[in-house]
Amino acid sequence: MTQPAGTCPNCGAKIVFRWSSSVQTTCEYCKSILVRTDLDWQKVGQVADLPPNSSPIQLGTEGSYNHKAFTVIGRIVYEYEQGNWNEWHIVMNDGTSAWLSDAQDEYAVSFAAPGRHIPEAGNFQVGEPFVWDNITYLVSAITTAHYRGVEGELPFQYWDKGDVTFVDLRSESGDFATIDYSETTPALYLGEMVEFDSLALKNLRTFEGWS
Amino acid sequence: MSAGPMPPNRPQVKALNCPHCGAALTLRSFGNAVTVVCESCHSILDAKDPNLQVLQRFQAATDPEKPLIPLGTRGKIRGTEYEVIGFERRTIHVDGVPYSWHEYVLFNPYKGFRYLTEYNGHWNDASVLKALPEILPYASPPKVKYLGETYRHFQTAKAGTSFVLGEFPWQVRVGESAEVTDYVSPPRVISSEQTGNEVAWSMGEYMSGKDVWKAFSLPGDPPEATGVYENQPSPLSADTKNIWVVFAAFLVLLVMMMIGFDMSSNKAEVFTGYYKYDSNQRGEASFVTDEFEIRGHTSNVEVDTSTDLNNRWIYLNYALINGETGQAFDFGREVSYYHGYDSDGSWSEGSANDSVAVPKVPPGRYYLRVEPEGDPGYGVTYYTISIKRDVPQNSWYGIALGALLLPAILLTWRTLSFEHLRWAESDHPPIRIGDSE
Repeated sequence: MTQPAGTCPNCGAKIVFRWSSSVQTTCEYCKSILVRTDLDWQKVGQVADLPPNSSPIQLGTEGSYNHKAFTVIGRIVYEYEQGNWNEWHIVMNDGTSAWLSDAQDEYAVSFAAPGRHIPEAGNFQVGEPFVWDNITYLVSAITTAHYRGVEGELPFQYWDKGDVTFVDLRSESGDFATIDYSETTPALYLGEMVEFDSLALKNLRTFEGWS
Repeated sequence: MSAGPMPPNRPQVKALNCPHCGAALTLRSFGNAVTVVCESCHSILDAKDPNLQVLQRFQAATDPEKPLIPLGTRGKIRGTEYEVIGFERRTIHVDGVPYSWHEYVLFNPYKGFRYLTEYNGHWNDASVLKALPEILPYASPPKVKYLGETYRHFQTAKAGTSFVLGEFPWQVRVGESAEVTDYVSPPRVISSEQTGNEVAWSMGEYMSGKDVWKAFSLPGDPPEATGVYENQPSPLSADTKNIWVVFAAFLVLLVMMMIGFDMSSNKAEVFTGYYKYDSNQRGEASFVTDEFEIRGHTSNVEVDTSTDLNNRWIYLNYALINGETGQAFDFGREVSYYHGYDSDGSWSEGSANDSVAVPKVPPGRYYLRVEPEGDPGYGVTYYTISIKRDVPQNSWYGIALGALLLPAILLTWRTLSFEHLRWAESDHPPIRIGDSE
């Protein structure tokens, strides 16, 4: 599944990627942020040290969702008032890209949902309803998060962000939606809250004192 | 997965010192906690700050509270190991009287947070809801629906935090309060906590102190549970449901028995005779019938009399006599039938037919002695006597039904009393008969 994709323009280390559609990755040696150009990779930035993180998930963690195996290949780290949280970029064995969020060990799987009407930022209220794909979602939280860094492969270019507004929504049947207002065109992700056990995760981190 | 980046360092339990009193502090949640409270000086510290900045200090010296499950204790809940990392006391005031319960913060590095609550020896295993409950509009009392189950509003109260220890995944402060609303469907409870315009939903499931003690391998015995708790499963409700199921089963059995016995009973006609009685005729009217055979085991015998009486009566002295042993069963039947018209319309009284069961008649050869009486001047009455063996007696079924019904009703009544105690503590106390709302 992994394939060579050239060398790091910064340090010359070999860049290996796990997903053919990756647009961005980080060099695991020099921590350069690299984006794909027509021919090669271009360094666009540098990852500062990521904050200490307690997610049990890491790059290379494997699991299963909706009877499809997936691998964790990248992540975006945000900081908010409850600490930091991870948007893990996962790739299903059919090539679909999705996100596994982990905030204080609460997990959700979501997929980019382009082409749907997205309300403008700034005029939300908790409890306000929105309907996508015939599911009614209610705004559960409006979070101003601070971008802290990236790691691994991402399906789009994403680096050097400041404060990002997220609107999280939930339905009465466990559906989950989040709107990312970091770009001029906001992005909508639709998915569901998931139980840790249901993901059957392998290759997790270990914790001192816990087996 | 060969060429992946090296996994980050293995997270470790952090041992730090309280910046206020210098006492040793353990951070057990690998950075998931937002606040941590020093167990020695009760300083509330910013767990996100490497220097553990003091956020608040609260006076606990006059009001010390010792968690029943010490911080750092591990136990298994639903197959997952959890560690107790935080403890708080929350207090509500009802009519000026404070009521307090305790909440334990449990943590597992993979599964995250879970909670145990305790009030007067009643425990709940609680976790955050994944989906939003549906608030049923216009319901009175208010109701919410979650995963197909309906929960009834129990109580809404302002709950203040009055004591804290250890780690919390949120910004905890002593003195802060939230509006807590409980909806119950025993053994579960759904709670909403509203602070500002944010609402957090959680679900608790009732646990006995005994099960908590077992889960955390605690020494001694749990404190005795007092009173009835809002989502405590009624110890009888399951039994009540069962007893009605059993009752229904017996009822079906009984009906089947009734039909079965009715069909299988011989109801054999062992004798039939046609007679004429003329009340104008002088002389001895009594006679005996021919002998007939009554078979089977000792059981009842039905004697049916059908007449052509019309605004008349007849009295029949019967004696069923065993021709072999001489044993006699004496009984008399009055048969009368009157009808007519008056200002209220038509009326009738009595019946031209009569039926009687003679119990416990042993098998043998019998004959019937019959002595009819009637008003002189009535003239001729024609009547038929038929004798049947082994006729089911349906009155027994009624008695059996009553015997079955009695325990079911008693248990139901006791269950209702339990529910009465439960709801008496709620915002919706049951209305007693005679009260007006």
